[in-house]
Amino acid sequence: MIIQLTHFSAAFVFALFASIVFGITHRETTRDMFRYGLYCFVMFLGGALAAGWAMWLVRR
Amino acid sequence: MANQTTAKTTTKAAEPAQPASAMSVIAPAVGWLIPGAGHIIQKLWIRGSLLFVSIGTLFVLGLLMQGHIYKANGGDILDMLGFVGDLGAGGMYIVTLAMNGGQGAIAFAIADYGTKFMIVAGLLNFIAVADAYHIAIGKKQ
Repeated sequence: MIIQLTHFSAAFVFALFASIVFGITHRETTRDMFRYGLYCFVMFLGGALAAGWAMWLVRR
Repeated sequence: MANQTTAKTTTKAAEPAQPASAMSVIAPAVGWLIPGAGHIIQKLWIRGSLLFVSIGTLFVLGLLMQGHIYKANGGDILDMLGFVGDLGAGGMYIVTLAMNGGQGAIAFAIADYGTKFMIVAGLLNFIAVADAYHIAIGKKQ
């Protein structure tokens, strides 16, 4: 079985699971874990999108 | 300034050493073999399950994306670093090697993502193992 993810879906899956682990391991309380996980997710995905658009601008 | 530095050094030296319990050895070892198990044996069911699902899914997705798994005798320095990352996945890495999986397919560009997924899964498991240890010694709740 072979999975073919698109670039965006690969970035999404990576951001989701890495953020969950970061949230659990880097904070003490459940609330802080959730907030930090969400922050990491936004930063991962936002960073990838921003870098993509920056490369698009450089290419033009 | 010098007094402050001396005072800080004295305070640090006066801290009592953490008592080594059986759990502080077992939890990281089990957590390395099975991601999240180090938390589960300390009765942190939800955290352990989430870690297992997250790290396990990343590793399995990496395999299904035809990612390459590194072996100990890679030769190249980057291969050795990849091996260290992969090794963090513990039991999943051992099983994959035993089943001769993770050969990697150069034909797929996405296979390179798979390779990175597996390395990251291993590195995340290292973080989870450290977290399980900190919980076991009482440094974290």
